[in-house]
Amino acid sequence: MNRRVTQNPLPDSAGHFDIFGGRYVPEALIAALDQLEAEFVAANSDPAFWAELNRLRQEYSGRPTPLTEVPRFAEHCGRARVLLKREDLNHTGSHKINNVLGQALLTKRMGKTRVIAETGAGQHGVATATAAALLGMECRVYMGKVDTDRQALNVARMQLLGAEVVAVESGSQTLKDAMNEAMRDWVASVDDTHYLIGTVAGPHPFPMLVREFQRVISTEIRQQLSERFDRLPDAVAACVGGGSNALGTFADFIDTPQVALYGFEAGGDGVETGRHAASIEGGSVGVLHGMRTYVLQDADGQTIESHSISAGLDYPGVGPEHAWLAATGRANYEAVTDDEAMAAFKLLCRTEGIMPAIESAHALAGVIRLGQRLAIEQPEAEPLIVVCLSGRGDKDVDTAIAYFGLPGHPDLYTGGIA
Amino acid sequence: MSFTTSAAAIAAAKAEGRGALVGYLPVGYPSVPGSLAALRTLCGADGLTPGVDLVEIGLPYSDPVMDGPVIQRAGTRALERGVRTRDVFAAVETVRAAGRPAVVMTYWNLVERYGVEAFARDLANAGGSGLITPDLVPDEAGEWLTASDAYQLDRVFLVSPSSTDERIAMTAQAARGWLYATAVMGVTGTRVTSSDAAPKLVERIRALAPEILVGVGLGVSNGDQAAAVVKFADAVIVGSAFIKPLLAAEDAGDPADLTGLRTAVADLTAGVRR
Repeated sequence: MNRRVTQNPLPDSAGHFDIFGGRYVPEALIAALDQLEAEFVAANSDPAFWAELNRLRQEYSGRPTPLTEVPRFAEHCGRARVLLKREDLNHTGSHKINNVLGQALLTKRMGKTRVIAETGAGQHGVATATAAALLGMECRVYMGKVDTDRQALNVARMQLLGAEVVAVESGSQTLKDAMNEAMRDWVASVDDTHYLIGTVAGPHPFPMLVREFQRVISTEIRQQLSERFDRLPDAVAACVGGGSNALGTFADFIDTPQVALYGFEAGGDGVETGRHAASIEGGSVGVLHGMRTYVLQDADGQTIESHSISAGLDYPGVGPEHAWLAATGRANYEAVTDDEAMAAFKLLCRTEGIMPAIESAHALAGVIRLGQRLAIEQPEAEPLIVVCLSGRGDKDVDTAIAYFGLPGHPDLYTGGIA
Repeated sequence: MSFTTSAAAIAAAKAEGRGALVGYLPVGYPSVPGSLAALRTLCGADGLTPGVDLVEIGLPYSDPVMDGPVIQRAGTRALERGVRTRDVFAAVETVRAAGRPAVVMTYWNLVERYGVEAFARDLANAGGSGLITPDLVPDEAGEWLTASDAYQLDRVFLVSPSSTDERIAMTAQAARGWLYATAVMGVTGTRVTSSDAAPKLVERIRALAPEILVGVGLGVSNGDQAAAVVKFADAVIVGSAFIKPLLAAEDAGDPADLTGLRTAVADLTAGVRR
């Protein structure tokens, strides 16, 4: 079910994807990062580790996830045939559990008893709280105050699962500040605590090991397409915040050049307005959260606050491997605005009876645009596009009520979108 | 052996039979001019205290993962009030004019964004001694090693209780000037008691790199603790304890009031002279 070898030659032994990646962290964390890397390398070649992880994926998380063709939605995507990789059907409602189960088992191997995590939309926090409950570990989740307000349901879920949720009130009070606070906790607690980073970002080895735990998405896509259609996709697409579902969707196709790779970043109000979270399209090379990558920053290098209707994409950086894939041109990255994403959100609900996470709706909107563009550029072609539906939309209903002005609870829509 | 300017300040204190006091304040808090006045007080330029031996000027950053709540609060306000990278050079000049050597402490992205070579050049031109890099380990420091060699600047790297012997030796080799030993596992901020991790770490550094001077930071908040630290280290680094009175002065409605800072400087300078 999962290939056990790292196929991509990158990163190098110090975690660099060419000029991107690396380890820009306090010395106090180096020993823990070295320990984590050594443990991951050992686990990665240990059949017993993968057997346990694959058992949990099947029996607990519900893998493999289906590949669902969505013809009524595809009517809006030019001549493209569109299939959704249903990561929303994982236990806890998103792809985040793929990585969390892997890192939680690593935590146990390292003999650590406590996990901490950062979360934006709350999906990674819920997944981490879930794994901590399953494996009997202590869990604390850092979440920006803005996000605890707009994702109150997920805060309650984490608490019900036994996790402590800390609302972070520093900086922009969103995902980046939650990461800062988690790093501070880790610097002080590294002896017994694992920092379970939720995306392909941060210092080496996180971008590499999170990619490997998310690789299962593309491995299954490839196998399912091969069985059902006996072919490769023409393109795969995913939304990109930090970029873990996208890298999971790309991983097994990176070395297959005939498969186009598309990542859709959060364009917020539009990249030209400056109110967005599109680090690749609207940022520049810098260092943030332990890695060199594309960052939203001002002339001095101070991080600029990102803006997106989607809490999970509201991050002013991006995983270093995405920066590398963008710089080399292997993958294509485009920004999708809040309005485009919400239109796609509604469209998938109405045409297919599937309510996507607003994060995933960015990928759907991108594919509508891509399909229509391909229909003009290659009028004879019927491209087969697989979109990673990274999560389900239940958590976003409050935001949708406010955005569409639905007659829900008055408190939920008169206040506008936080 | 010959000392660089910041190491010379530590060595001079040693020659007096005491440990050195390194004092940290961020540029831009409570304002850029206000921070320059505070830095002069830190140096003892008002003639009321002996002043610290070496000044560590913080350049505020939006995402300071090594800083505790006190430094974060001052840094956030400094950024809100418009502090820029270039302001740090004026702060260095102020400290030099007050007769003390100055090192800058900041996060790597600001240096990289300014241009590593340009930052080294402007820091040297302002009379700065070097740079403390909390999130740059020697492994990633190639460009900085070159630039600091070219401008003869100190490069002060951090070592931690979790550092392996190999890393301590490698870091001491890559450093110029002195080493910053982080005394307790954790971010900056005043502690009620200093842990025994600090003497153990300094002992390991002495064994692995007998030549290098060692400053101990993170956790020292008063003269008694400073006196205890300089019994085993060459210098004690104090930050939050100097910023707290500045925050208190602003909260009390008079951000220009430096009395509290002066009291802290008097207490800590006396501590290293016990």
